[in-house]
Amino acid sequence: MGLRTFKGGVHPFEGKDLSKDKPVEEYLPKGDLVFPVSQHIGAPANPVVAVGDTVKKGQLIAEAGGFVSANIYSSVSGTVKAIALHRVATGDMVNSIVIENDGSYEEVEYDAVEDITALSKEEIIERVKKAGVVGMGGAGFPTHVKLSPKEPDKIDYIIANCAECEPYLTSDYRRMMDQPELLVGGLKIVLQLFDNAKGVLGVENNKPDCIAKLQELCRDEPRIEVVPLQTKYPQGGERQLIKAVSGREINSKMLPADAGCIVDNVETLVCIYRAVKEGKPVISRIFTVTGDAVNHPRNFYVSVGTNYAELLEAAGGLKESGAEKMISGGPMMGFSMFDLNVPITKTNSSLLCLSSDDVSHLEPSACINCGRCVEACPELLVPSRLAKQANLKLGEEFEKWNGMECIECGSCSFICPARRPLAQSIKTMKKDILAARRKK
Amino acid sequence: MDNILHVSSSPHVRAKDSTNRIMAYVLLALLPTTLFGIFNFGPKALLLIVLTIASCVATEWVFEKIIHKKSTISDLSAVVTGLLLALNLPVTLPWWEAVLGGVFAIAIVKMMFGGLGQNFMNPALGARCFLLIAFAADMTNFQTDTYTGATPLAAMRNGEIINTMDALIGRTAGTIGETSTIAILIGAIILILLGVITLAIPASYLITFVIFMLIFGGHGFDMNYIVAQLCSGGIMLGAFFMATDYVTSPITPNGRILFGICCGILTGLFRCFGANAEGVSFAIILSNLLVPMIEKITIPRAFGQVKEKKEGK
Repeated sequence: MGLRTFKGGVHPFEGKDLSKDKPVEEYLPKGDLVFPVSQHIGAPANPVVAVGDTVKKGQLIAEAGGFVSANIYSSVSGTVKAIALHRVATGDMVNSIVIENDGSYEEVEYDAVEDITALSKEEIIERVKKAGVVGMGGAGFPTHVKLSPKEPDKIDYIIANCAECEPYLTSDYRRMMDQPELLVGGLKIVLQLFDNAKGVLGVENNKPDCIAKLQELCRDEPRIEVVPLQTKYPQGGERQLIKAVSGREINSKMLPADAGCIVDNVETLVCIYRAVKEGKPVISRIFTVTGDAVNHPRNFYVSVGTNYAELLEAAGGLKESGAEKMISGGPMMGFSMFDLNVPITKTNSSLLCLSSDDVSHLEPSACINCGRCVEACPELLVPSRLAKQANLKLGEEFEKWNGMECIECGSCSFICPARRPLAQSIKTMKKDILAARRKK
Repeated sequence: MDNILHVSSSPHVRAKDSTNRIMAYVLLALLPTTLFGIFNFGPKALLLIVLTIASCVATEWVFEKIIHKKSTISDLSAVVTGLLLALNLPVTLPWWEAVLGGVFAIAIVKMMFGGLGQNFMNPALGARCFLLIAFAADMTNFQTDTYTGATPLAAMRNGEIINTMDALIGRTAGTIGETSTIAILIGAIILILLGVITLAIPASYLITFVIFMLIFGGHGFDMNYIVAQLCSGGIMLGAFFMATDYVTSPITPNGRILFGICCGILTGLFRCFGANAEGVSFAIILSNLLVPMIEKITIPRAFGQVKEKKEGK
C-alpha cells in the first residue's frame, strides 16, 4: 500500500535544503514596527491605542472587531507613532499601527496557568481568542472560530497540518525539529476540547527526521497518531490533507467541521499552546528568508511587525547579482512583491528571493489540450477549459465546469507545457463571480 | 543591482516539459517505426518522409508569414504532422502527391482553423483521407518490388490466413509506418514512460475493437484472427499515435475512454462492413468530430462534489 495522499498534484523543485538545517536565530527588530489591523480573515481589528501612547511588548493595541476577527498585540515596547495606511505583502494598503521601537523590549506580565487540564473548554477557547491566534499558515482564519463548531461532538479528527508542501519554506520544519513538544502540546489542548476526536499529525515523507521525532514524542499518547504522507504539492491544502488523513472529501461550500475535521497548521498549534499555557499573545513566529539570491538563507524567530527589508539585511542581504523576483510565501502560492517596505504579519512565513524569474522569461503559447492540468488538478477540474471560459468571461459555463471549486494552488499553471497562466485566469474569474454575487 | 522587481500572479515556478519538448518526445517515439519503414521499403520511403515534413513545415511558415503571425514552426508540431502523414502513405505514392498532402494537412486542416490547438481533426489523418479520396488508386497501391501480394488486411478479407509473425515484425505490404507492430509498441512504451500519453485512449480503443471483432468479425473466438487483425493495417499506429493526439481528443478523463470506445466501434464497423479493408483513419477523424459532444457529457465530478439531492432531505 502506498502512502496516504490525494489524487492529482505536482512535484515542484523543493529548494528546502537552502535553509532547512539553519538553526532558528532570534532577531530583535531595529526600526519602526508596523501592525496592520487586518492580519486575518474577517472584520479588521479596532485600534485601542492613540498616537503618542507608550506601549509595552505584549500589550493589546487593537481589539477584535467582531466574532470573526482577532486581537493584535505589540511585539516591542515603544511609542505609537502613527495610525495610517501602510502597504502589506499582498500589495494592498491596510490601516496600520506604527510603533517606534524604544529598543528596551519591556514586556507585560502574562497570566500563565500551571495545569492546563484544569481549564474548562470555554476557558481554553477564551484564552485562544484573547491571544489573537489565527491560522498562521497563511489563511489567517481566527482560530477561536474554528474551535467553536456547531456540533463539537461530531468532530472526530484534529489534524495538525505538518505537510509544509510549499517549496523552499522551512519554518514548520524547524519548529518540528526544535520544539516538537510545543506542537504536540497545542494538539493536546485542542483534543481537550473535543472528546470524540483523535489527533493526527500529517507530515510529508520528505521529512523523515520530523516523523521519527514526532513518533517518539507521541509514543505514550493514545489519542495522537503520526501519519506520513506522500510528498506532493498541495498536500498541505486543507481539503487535500483531510482527504489523505480521513478519506473524506469536502467542497467549497463546506467547512472541515462538516467532515468532522479541524485542521490547524504547526505554527498555529504552537500559538495555541503558548496562549493557553503561558497566556502569551501572538507576537512572534518563525520566518524563513531564503532563495538563491540571498547571501545567507536562514530561519529567524521574528517579531510580528518587523520590516521585510530589514530582515533581508539580517540574512546578509542580496547577492551582487541581485534578485529579479521577491516573493512573500512560497513559489506556488506566494505573492510577488514590488516593495520590501512591508511588515511581517501573523500569517507571513517567508521571504523568497529568486535571482531569475522563471515565469516572465517564458512566453505562453497555444493550449495543445494535453490534459496535464487535468491530471495535476487536486480538485479534479479541467483548468485549461476553465481558463478559456474565464478569458471569454463565460461565467455560466465556468460554474458548470465547477470553476468555483478551484483552491488556487497553481498546479495547473506550474505543469502547463504551453506556459499558460491558467491559475491566474481562473482566480480572476472567481473573484468576478464572487463580486457579482455580493452585489445581488 | 537594479531595483526593478518582476511582479506576477502565482505560481512563480514552472515544470520543465514544454510544448516543443513534448513534440520532440513524440518524434523520438516514432523513430523505431520510421527507421523500420525506411529499412523495409528502401530509400524512397526516406524521400517521402523528408518531403512531407518539409512540406508541412514550409506550409506553416508561409501561412503565418502571409497572415502576419509569429512563426510557430519551432514548436515542432508541424514536423510531427509531416512525419505521421508520411508514415501513413504507401511508398509507391508519387512524391508530389505526398507534398500536396502536407500542404493540405497544415493549410486546410490546421491553420485555417486557428493553428495548433484549434484544429478539430488530426491534420495527418485529415490529409490522408483527402489523398485517399483524391488519388484513390495511388493511395491503395501497395505493390513494391519486395511485396507483390495484398496487404494483410486485404488478404484476410479475401479469406486468406496471414502469417501473424510477419505482421508483428512488419515484413508485409502496407503504408510506410504501419506494418511493424513491434516498432510501434516500442514507440508506445517510450510515449508512456515519458508521460506523453496514458493508456486511457489506446486501451479503450483496442479493447473495444477486439470485443467488436469477436462479436461481428465472423470468426468467433478465433484468437489467431484477432491478433492478426490487431497487427495489421493502421490500428496500432492509430491507437497509440493518432487517436492520442492531444488537440483532437477529449481532455476529460472519462471522455478519453468514451472516445477510445467510439474509435474502436467505428474501426470494427469499417473493417467488417466497409467497402475498404482499412478503416482506422476514417474511424479516428469521425471520432474527432464527436469530441465536443463527448466532453460535454463527461464534465468531471469536482473533488468533494456531492450529487444533486434528488430525494427528500
